[in-house]
Amino acid sequence: MKIIVCVKEVTDTAVVLKIKVDSPEIETENLPWVINPYDEYAMEESLRLKEKHGGDITVITFGNERAENILRGCIALGADRAIRINDKSVKGRDSFVTSKILAKAIKNIGYDIILCGKESVDYGYAQTGQTIAEFLHIPCISAIKKFDVFPSNKEAACNREIEGGLEVVKCNLPAVFTAQKGLNVPRYASLSGIMKAKKMKIETLELDTLDINPSDFKPKIKITNLSYPPKRTEGKIIQGLLPDTAKELTKNLKEAGLI
Amino acid sequence: MDKFDCIIIGAGPAGVAAALTLVRKGLTVAVFERGEYPGSKNLFGGVLYSTILNKLIPNFWEDAPVERHITKRRYSLLSQNSEMAVEFDFDDFNHPPFNNSFTVLRSKFDRWFAQKAEDAGAVIFTETVVDDFIYDNGKVSGIKARREGGDVYADVIVCAEGANSLLTEKAGLKEKPLPHQMITASKEVISLPREVIEDRFSLNNDEGMALEFFGGAVKGMIGSGFIYTNKDSLSVGVGCPISVIKENNMKPNDLLELFKSHSVIKKLLRGGKTEELSAKMIPELGYKNLPKLTVDGLLIVGDAGGFVNPSLYREGTNMAMYSGVAAAEIILEARQSGDFSEKGLEGYIKSLKDSFVMKDLERYGDVPEKISEMPQLFKEYPDAVLKFAEGYFTISDLSKDELHRQAWKGFKDKVSIGKFLWDMYKARKAIL
Ligand SMILES: Cc1cc2nc3c(=O)[nH]c(=O)nc-3n(C[C@H](O)[C@H](O)[C@H](O)COP(=O)(O)OP(=O)(O)OC[C@H]3O[C@@H](n4cnc5c(N)ncnc54)[C@H](O)[C@@H]3O)c2cc1C
Repeated sequence: MKIIVCVKEVTDTAVVLKIKVDSPEIETENLPWVINPYDEYAMEESLRLKEKHGGDITVITFGNERAENILRGCIALGADRAIRINDKSVKGRDSFVTSKILAKAIKNIGYDIILCGKESVDYGYAQTGQTIAEFLHIPCISAIKKFDVFPSNKEAACNREIEGGLEVVKCNLPAVFTAQKGLNVPRYASLSGIMKAKKMKIETLELDTLDINPSDFKPKIKITNLSYPPKRTEGKIIQGLLPDTAKELTKNLKEAGLI
Repeated sequence: MDKFDCIIIGAGPAGVAAALTLVRKGLTVAVFERGEYPGSKNLFGGVLYSTILNKLIPNFWEDAPVERHITKRRYSLLSQNSEMAVEFDFDDFNHPPFNNSFTVLRSKFDRWFAQKAEDAGAVIFTETVVDDFIYDNGKVSGIKARREGGDVYADVIVCAEGANSLLTEKAGLKEKPLPHQMITASKEVISLPREVIEDRFSLNNDEGMALEFFGGAVKGMIGSGFIYTNKDSLSVGVGCPISVIKENNMKPNDLLELFKSHSVIKKLLRGGKTEELSAKMIPELGYKNLPKLTVDGLLIVGDAGGFVNPSLYREGTNMAMYSGVAAAEIILEARQSGDFSEKGLEGYIKSLKDSFVMKDLERYGDVPEKISEMPQLFKEYPDAVLKFAEGYFTISDLSKDELHRQAWKGFKDKVSIGKFLWDMYKARKAIL
């Protein structure tokens, strides 16, 4: 079974981000970068699939050289092959561009199961997995919380959480699945895995070898503005004794239009 | 996992200096670091003292992420609301090697330094905690890392785990330190525009200043504070013995707030924005209480060994690097004979004793103890001295003779002159 895991490098969510002064972009200098947490679930699920049914795992990212770190992390966990598609010649990118390029590369590699995170924690469009499926003309089941594969029937069954209940969905393989939190608990890399990852060469794929029309690179959407969330206004403490405080509180709530 | 020639625990200055020295001689070296990357959890004042670093990586400042080189030093005595200070400005320190003192931020510097060791061939395992040693017939022969397949073996192990030395204690080389032997320090990095820093502290370009505050830095409790200038931020911190913090029922961060609220300090930090806050320990064990530094198969280096000069110089990084290099050199020697027993490694102790490390630790060995016996240095005396100075400089209708007499009387009422002079003599001998 050929398993593909798509991963993305994102900034650690613990950091405070700064918006560039002159364009709607985030200042990326000196930020800590990590693998998108949802992709970690996808990666873990690929390892469990391999343990159960055999096969090989290829991790793939569309990114810059720094992103090789997260690929190495996946090798340390047990991926067999790691590919970085060099994003150097691409100016703007959105989920459309990323998916188009990933789909092309994945087609060349060959696939039975494609796993992605359900969304990336940076921009959170939650489109990449679905769009890859669309380009490859295969099914996609998004935000899965349980995953079973039946290789002999070329089928997979997933649990999805829906409003007020649980949904069990089946589809034929090959297909794309996007991982929701709770799908599994990702493992830590073993020491020998880390050693292996340090020595492994990451394959780099240049865009021109993928035979893509340059006009396909144009993003479909454009970020026009970025702003900080509104600052929380300070709370008000009403001092004094009952019943005055109660009256004061009622007055305040009425003024704010809350009652 | 294969066996390594040497395993090093901790990628701080001590561990990395040892690793670099060993890999350059062709040894296989594994470094285990608990942080996400080397330096991610580390903090210090800080002025990096770099005589050893400059030998390891000549002219490192051209490449390393240093902030400023220290050309100005200021020592000040605070009372509750006044200050007396001496300031030094040395233009000679503007030339290489810049008096071997640079402000750095550890998250950047340690990462850079570790990268040098990695480039030279060291294998660094990050996010990997070492939980214990593995023994073979009483000799330390490996480590247990908190990961699958985490038992790793080596001919010799170097423990560079820093001040919070759980492994050194576990191996029975060190007692749990007493509360007055550990300084808790908390520190903030406060950002300010570059020009503001240079104007406020009167600095050119990359010049930097180290300001140390004694006396009533923290409401008259035993302790001291500092401000060091980085490129576009200030490192601001205080340190107090744990015993004092406990007695006063405080948290380390309360101390920093007290320091920052002192009228003198407030002015220096005006307009700054706190970027990060953290707390850490500094070992001031005293020379007599240093741990045992070698056993069969194991050497202790850096803060884990208690190598911090507790005097005015606050030198830890240089000692850490010296001890790391010294340990590596002895390991190289021991390889000739294949004898990594305590006996085979004893040259390490000699190397330390012949160097500034043990000489300075011995010289300043009882500072923490002496200081903890003289709480008056932090409250009564600074208050009295500054009150005297205030009286002396007060403009009034009194004749100067009368004014001076009054100030002097005020001083004598507060402190006994004989004891004051004796204490000053003891303090000077201990600290300077
Ligand atoms: C507030 C403060 C101010 C200071 N100011 C100065 C100054 O201005 N100038 C100066 O020269 N010195 C200063 N020092 C002292 C200086 O920081 C230390 O002397 C120096 O960092 C010691 O280096 P080290 O390599 O021994 O230990 P550390 O720098 O503490 O490094 C130890 C490393 O080991 C890792 N580690 C620990 N345990 C484990 C484990 N079990 N498994 C894996 N990894 C582990 C840690 O994560 C860390 O990276 C200051 C210290 C403090 C706290």
